[in-house]
Amino acid sequence: MAEPRSIDIKEQPGFRSIAVICLLVLYVPVLILMIFSLNSGSLVTHWEGVTLGWYGSALRNEEFHNAARNTLIISISATIISTVCATLAAIGMTRVKPWRGLAAAFMVINLPLMVPEIITAVATLSFFALIAGTFGLNFGIGNLILAHTVFCIPFAYMPIRARLEDMDLTLEYAAADLYATPWKAFKRITLPLLVPGIMSGAALAFIVSFDDFTITQLVAGPGQTTLPLYIWNQIRRPMTPEINAISTILLLVSILFVSVSFLIARRRAK
Amino acid sequence: MGIALKKRVAAPQLPSRPAYGDNQTGTHLPPRAGSLNGVIVPEQPGKNAIEVRGVRKVFGTGENQVAALDTVSVSIRENEFFTLLGPSGCGKTTLLRLIAGFDFPSAGEIMLHGQDIAPLPPFKRPVNTVFQSYALFPHMTVAQNIGFGLEMLGKPKGEIEARVAQMLKLVKMEALKARRTSQISGGQQQRVALARALAPQPKVLLLDEPLSALDYKLRKEMQIELKRLQHETGITFIFVTHDQEEALTMSDRIAVMSAGKILQVGTPRDIYDRPAERFVADFIGETNFLAGTVVSKKPGVATVKFDSNATVAAGYPEGFDPTGEVTLVVRPEHADLVPDPAKGTIAGTLSNIVYFGTDTHYHVRLDGGENFIVRHQNSRSSPVTYETGAEVGIQFEEGAARVLKD
Repeated sequence: MAEPRSIDIKEQPGFRSIAVICLLVLYVPVLILMIFSLNSGSLVTHWEGVTLGWYGSALRNEEFHNAARNTLIISISATIISTVCATLAAIGMTRVKPWRGLAAAFMVINLPLMVPEIITAVATLSFFALIAGTFGLNFGIGNLILAHTVFCIPFAYMPIRARLEDMDLTLEYAAADLYATPWKAFKRITLPLLVPGIMSGAALAFIVSFDDFTITQLVAGPGQTTLPLYIWNQIRRPMTPEINAISTILLLVSILFVSVSFLIARRRAK
Repeated sequence: MGIALKKRVAAPQLPSRPAYGDNQTGTHLPPRAGSLNGVIVPEQPGKNAIEVRGVRKVFGTGENQVAALDTVSVSIRENEFFTLLGPSGCGKTTLLRLIAGFDFPSAGEIMLHGQDIAPLPPFKRPVNTVFQSYALFPHMTVAQNIGFGLEMLGKPKGEIEARVAQMLKLVKMEALKARRTSQISGGQQQRVALARALAPQPKVLLLDEPLSALDYKLRKEMQIELKRLQHETGITFIFVTHDQEEALTMSDRIAVMSAGKILQVGTPRDIYDRPAERFVADFIGETNFLAGTVVSKKPGVATVKFDSNATVAAGYPEGFDPTGEVTLVVRPEHADLVPDPAKGTIAGTLSNIVYFGTDTHYHVRLDGGENFIVRHQNSRSSPVTYETGAEVGIQFEEGAARVLKD
């Protein structure tokens, strides 16, 4: 009798080649970008030799420093605010009796995921222009933090809500049964078990804010250049491998951040 | 199942059950009125631990309304092992949740030692629960789980440690106190859940089908363990189960529930030997039902005639007046076969013989067309052997037949 055919997808014909093509398409450009950051020539397309000089000039570059500072201020603020909002929203939408408008609230929170980003960007720009024109209000970099917070909320919300829905409600009943007031039950049971969800929510929000271009480009005022905007401005001039070096630094920061939050989440989940 | 029932002996009654916490260094709740960290301390310990008075619980609104509990009243005595028994959806878990405080009754009162606790949130009731899923806190150790209730009550650290140590000993889990709850087996989790619920010395311990997730052997062990814990702690246990054998072997008293109502409350022997209603007789143990007509009656005993013109004296429940066509119930072990059909109360043809080791079940097709099962305990000297197809008579033991409310 013939061996029964495996239903493991890894054994299906063509699986390997398709997987390899996908991985190549995804990572070869990034790899080329990283390799050319080490190019000793001044062209990003012609390889001459190995040097770390572009990293040195990037790290000495005052404009890069300012852009990095702006990016970190905006991303970290937006991450903290959006994660707190998303946590409260997720609790309000899973741990209370169903209320009128629950579905609508869910829609509103997730709207930034569904509306094309350029529309949000134009709308945000008009909104800030309007309040600046009508009330003379301009929050400076606060405008960007506000805009980023709004589109970060759904990204932070998703993993937190998923974690809350997975959590055994009986645990909260058990806490109440053992004399924990609702606040103590939240602090001692729900919140500690929610930490992995909050961590991955925050990591997602940070990454989304960190590399946002469209909305930032429209909303940013003078002196509010972020790293993605800085890179964009550089490539409109004759490009040097310094831009590759900057991009590589950005990439490594992102990878580091995601890895750390993943490890924390995995440790806490046990 | 029936085997266990027959072999069942009354649980040894201790001469007196010392209140849990006596002879221990000042670690039990003083029986004074007032409140401890917001948790009520009942004023006067009465005879009844819990009195459920006219409790209704309705879920849904308008046309979708469903009464999960339909005006239920029951009293549960102090130090009692009380079981709520019924099929799923009968309202037993709803009643337990109302006592625990996870839900609030639509009407009625729940008295704990004379005080209505129905409107209180769960964290103000001196009542603890062992959950079906155990609900152990996964981010805490075994010892931290057990100490959680005492910690929430604001007990001093030294007292919590002493009580946790005592509880670990009680459930024989000392060696695993530093483990995470995910690193211990199901049976061990069950013990931790018990210790956690017992640690704050509740007035009443609620157990929501706590043994259903265990395998057969472990379940048997835990049944004995639970009885021991109840004796040692002297705490009132309210136990919810759909397993009639579990209910019969463990309980002091049982309330049989169906469709949101309590049908009968009594000792396991009462419930088994003198079921009040057809549902109770059918749900608990194996039962034969026979149709007959009441021809005469004295107080407590009716004479019932079968279609075959044979008559039998049958008891009936108090407050029930059997007349006309009635249903009789006879337990399979309260009847025996006789080789001569004429000597039996009723007669029929042996259709099947099922051998169970300790006893044998004889399936008899009665002359009226109904099936009747006779359970005969096997012994070395069974005088007669029967063959399928044989004409046999069935004799009832004295008082075996009872008239039931349908």
